[in-house]
Amino acid sequence: MINSNTESIGWWGVALGIAAGAVRGGTPFLLVSLGECLTEKSGKINLGLEGTLLMGAMTAYAISYKAGNPWAGVAAAAGAGALLGAIHALLVSRPKVNDIAAGIAMLIFGSGVAFYFGKPFIQPSAPQLAPIALGSWSTSQPVQAALKISPLFFLGVSMALFLNWFFRSTRWGMRVRAVGDAPAAARAMGISVGRTRFFSIVAGSALAGIGGAHLSLFYPGAWTEAISSGQGLMAVALVIFARWNPIHCLYASLVFGGAQAVGPALQAIGISSGYYLWNASPYILTLLVMILTCSPKRTLIGAPGALGSGA
Amino acid sequence: MDARHTEDASKALTVLAAASSPRDTAAPGWAWRTAMEAVAIPVGAVVVSLVLFGVFCATQGANPLAVFQAIYKAAFGSWYSFQNTLVRAAPLMLTALCTALPARLGLIVIGNEGALVIGGVSAVAAGLAVASAPPVVAMAAMALAGMIGGGLWIAAVGWLHYRRTVNETISSLLMNYIAIALLNHLVNGPMRDPSSLNKPSSFPIKEENMLPTLGSSNIHFGLIFGIIACLIVWILMEHTTFGFKARIIGGNIRAARMAGLSVATIGLVTCFLAGASAGLAGMVEVAAVHGRANESLAAGYGYAGILVAFVARHRGLPVILTAVLLGGILASGGILQRQFKLPDATILVFQGLVFLVILFSDSLYGKFKVFKGAQA
Repeated sequence: MINSNTESIGWWGVALGIAAGAVRGGTPFLLVSLGECLTEKSGKINLGLEGTLLMGAMTAYAISYKAGNPWAGVAAAAGAGALLGAIHALLVSRPKVNDIAAGIAMLIFGSGVAFYFGKPFIQPSAPQLAPIALGSWSTSQPVQAALKISPLFFLGVSMALFLNWFFRSTRWGMRVRAVGDAPAAARAMGISVGRTRFFSIVAGSALAGIGGAHLSLFYPGAWTEAISSGQGLMAVALVIFARWNPIHCLYASLVFGGAQAVGPALQAIGISSGYYLWNASPYILTLLVMILTCSPKRTLIGAPGALGSGA
Repeated sequence: MDARHTEDASKALTVLAAASSPRDTAAPGWAWRTAMEAVAIPVGAVVVSLVLFGVFCATQGANPLAVFQAIYKAAFGSWYSFQNTLVRAAPLMLTALCTALPARLGLIVIGNEGALVIGGVSAVAAGLAVASAPPVVAMAAMALAGMIGGGLWIAAVGWLHYRRTVNETISSLLMNYIAIALLNHLVNGPMRDPSSLNKPSSFPIKEENMLPTLGSSNIHFGLIFGIIACLIVWILMEHTTFGFKARIIGGNIRAARMAGLSVATIGLVTCFLAGASAGLAGMVEVAAVHGRANESLAAGYGYAGILVAFVARHRGLPVILTAVLLGGILASGGILQRQFKLPDATILVFQGLVFLVILFSDSLYGKFKVFKGAQA
């Protein structure tokens, strides 16, 4: 839809395509990375959010199809995400269980369950989320098309603002940070480390599930087994890039969404050489960001103290 | 390094060696009890996951016992199906080593799929370059190219880890996607055989340069490669000083540094070997199965290999057995679909269940009195 329109306006179309892609493709990144951010602030890593994303996408599509209401699908996706999050949280709360390995297991399990129950929903078409059109001021069709924005994007932006306030200024946010930075000290203050982590992981997974709903109910807007292209995995890198700051997660997600849109936008104006390499640009970008931001000489600013320590 | 330093280092190593097996001398019956525990817990975990999977099948309207029987028949029931299982087990053994080797250093590398793809592409490139050489030379060149390609791919992950402290799990995972994009780029562009229309592929490897099968069976030489690689890893990691050093690094990296071990060198070598195994799996897939490089290379053997490594607790010998078992389960996917109308993702659900239960069982070591002996 957008691709055919960009053809008429040339290089401006490329810029517009990338900007529109940043918002459209960045929304799942945003929701998943906020979920990962919340999880990691409590001191645990959830690498299984890719499975959660797929599960969310499938559940949202199936429920939207059955109930005829896309918002019921979004709610169900959050529920399915929370359920997978609860399994992950119970597993990583056990002694000697590595959270990275648990994440890989959840990734396989989550995608398996999503593909299993999603089989009958590949064919039928489910009601989609209605876009919020911000482009009525413009007479240009491509601009109008680009400014049809997913309601879940606005949900993500408000979640980013909310989480920022939550971590800084609320008692509960402080507790999550205390548990993530110094579990022993938090325990001494009477905070339940296990319970705080459980709720952080479950809430984070619910957000990732909603990210999946954006995939199947807005863009690309159908349920297929190839619907997610690693957004859930890249969220972990994205959170490092964003220095565990919810507002930075928003900027980072837009960059990643934009990077994803470069290949298709170039192809739309007839530049198709290197199309497959452009597809790899979000991954290359993530890798570069990690290489540039990690250093053996200092620990990362903003990293929760107990992250990945098994404590 | 002066003499005194070296002496200190060797003293520290002795202390570490003693510390790594404190109870060996204390209780005579301890060793076999630990061995029993190391067998009983994973076997118990697999049994529990079989029960859970049975319950899942029952809720889906399929008789669990009939499903298990069908899986058994499709995997091990006849010589023909067992050959099919072994053909799938071969790449699994090799990709599993890609996770198992670095795991002994305390690194979780999951770049198996990417290293397999890079190994396969390198092998095809080498096979096309030396197409006119005698078959044995061409095969050796392909195997070598696959191992070097995959090895460098994962060595890069190790280098980033030791040099820049980049998390090895994330970087290896990202590199899977980059490898697949590279494969797509090559088979759609520079390496494309114009006659491959529906499925863009590279030019094919010459028929006589393909890996032969064993005798009159369908099993190809990849199985031999897999078994030999697992045996080498077993000896290297359990019975050499190199393996001992690697295990010390995995046990306590700071103590290893104090003892004067060159952590980064050992790490890089291990990562290279890990990638080389997965790269060899890629070579086996192109030189024995597909005959050319295309998207079929990324068929998920890499991800299944992660599961094999974890179930085998990252040991070379158990990898062989686990790979055969999982190969059998993968081979039975078709029959579940035809006979029970269960979607092909059933196998993925089963794998996920096994993985989750195995990880859960990790927290049970040392919890059963039976395995501790009288004095514990």
